Amino acid sequence: MAYSEKVVEHFNHPRNMGSFKKDEEGVGTGIVGAPECGDVMKLQIKVQGDKIVDAKFKTFGCGSAIASSSLATEWMKGKTLEEAGKIKNTDIVQELNLPPVKIHCSVLAEDAIKAALTDYKKKAEQPK
Amino acid sequence: MKFPMYLDNHSTTPMDPRVLETMLPYFVEKFGNSASRNHAFGWEAEEAVENARKQIARLIHADPKELVFTSGATESDNLALKGVVEMYREKGDHVITSMTEHRAVLDTAKALETKRGIKVTYLPVDKTGMVSPNDVRNAITDKTVLISIMLANNEIGTINPIKEIGRIAKEKGILFHCDATQGVGKIPVDVQEMGIDLMSFTAHKIYGPKGVGALYVRKKGPRVRIAPIIDGGGHERGMRSGTLPVPLIVGFGKACELCEQEMAAESVRLATMRDRLQAGIMNTLDEVYLNGHPTQRLPHNLNISFAYVEGESLLMGVKEIALSSGSACTSATLEPSYVLRALGVGSDLAHSSIRFGLGRFNTDEEVEYTIKRIIETVTRLREMSPLYEMAKEGIDLKNVQWAAH
Repeated sequence: MAYSEKVVEHFNHPRNMGSFKKDEEGVGTGIVGAPECGDVMKLQIKVQGDKIVDAKFKTFGCGSAIASSSLATEWMKGKTLEEAGKIKNTDIVQELNLPPVKIHCSVLAEDAIKAALTDYKKKAEQPK
Repeated sequence: MKFPMYLDNHSTTPMDPRVLETMLPYFVEKFGNSASRNHAFGWEAEEAVENARKQIARLIHADPKELVFTSGATESDNLALKGVVEMYREKGDHVITSMTEHRAVLDTAKALETKRGIKVTYLPVDKTGMVSPNDVRNAITDKTVLISIMLANNEIGTINPIKEIGRIAKEKGILFHCDATQGVGKIPVDVQEMGIDLMSFTAHKIYGPKGVGALYVRKKGPRVRIAPIIDGGGHERGMRSGTLPVPLIVGFGKACELCEQEMAAESVRLATMRDRLQAGIMNTLDEVYLNGHPTQRLPHNLNISFAYVEGESLLMGVKEIALSSGSACTSATLEPSYVLRALGVGSDLAHSSIRFGLGRFNTDEEVEYTIKRIIETVTRLREMSPLYEMAKEGIDLKNVQWAAH
């Protein structure tokens, strides 16, 4: 079972790897997973108006986990908050050709997206 | 340098070309069945097998008649455990083994528990992976029929105090089986000196062919008897029926002979390369941890955890180098290494472990290349790691509330 080409591509050339400052205006941060599980994803979005204008990720995990979170940031850019919330893990599985044993990586990526969106909304609702 | 590069010699080894050469005539020319007693084809095959038996026995200081050929160490482990338990059923129903044995021993022990009502004690290991002879002694009951402890661990390379355990077994009159798969041909093994009564080992870890192994079964002091697990013709003195794979056995013999001749020098060479690999990595990167005993370990083994970096991603990053990892992501069961867990290594570090297994055909150049690539890749992956980021910010990862699902 060799690695899927798309996974290797994301691994070698990750999109949007990095960080925003957590308390920066318009930034939502989602951290999911746990070190004991071997998977931790941090997904961040930068929002202007109702659009995600930028996204960043950092991941501790296997190649498929890295690729899933990298892909997630790629897809989130340019979407509205509502559209981003519709990204499903099955879309990620299909795009990256993830085998059954790696499906949970895509699920974690979907969780990370939702966590980032939730965090942004919570911060946006806070009085300044 | 040839790519991909192979540094996973605990998993298997390439065949030594000299071994292959001795095997070839036995496929097409001298193809007889060694059990055919009535013609030259059989006689010449039998002669080849007996010659190999001598070569193999010499390596472990046994008598050639004390070897039973099997399909490999897994079968030998099965035969040893099941064969002894069955044969000595009147004497007792208790087996002592350890938590870090190979699955071939652990799964067999589990099967004996479930299907035959055998009681098994799985001894813990210390932080370096070593079994304590005192623990063995304290676990013995009047129903114990077998002690099974491995010579050296396949993941972390730790070498167990086999001689002491053998002495205790002899003192208490209990049979002692040793799974020596990773140690034979790499470190000196002497079944007399070590007080071993049964021993499993295989050809494909010592530059021989896959598909053949042996179980050493002591004939004197005491005479060990085992019930066969394969019936049908009574080959190998009734202990393992089935036509012997003559070419594989010939290869096995040659592989052992080469080990006997070259082991002393080879183990020094490999240990030097391994020490260089270890120093090259551990003196450059921070937060890297050695798994296993620092000195009582196989000369060609290295097992390191790289904090904040997951094992499979590291392997992907150096995919032109063949290695293996204790990470859950690399196992079929999605469980992290049970061996590392038995050492008390946290799951996060178990996921971050890489095993290096040097071998006869590795070079200094390959070691230098590997050091460079590992350092590069770990550095890159740490830049990508939220855990490394948090650690650098001074956050204690143990106190974080993780949103695991």
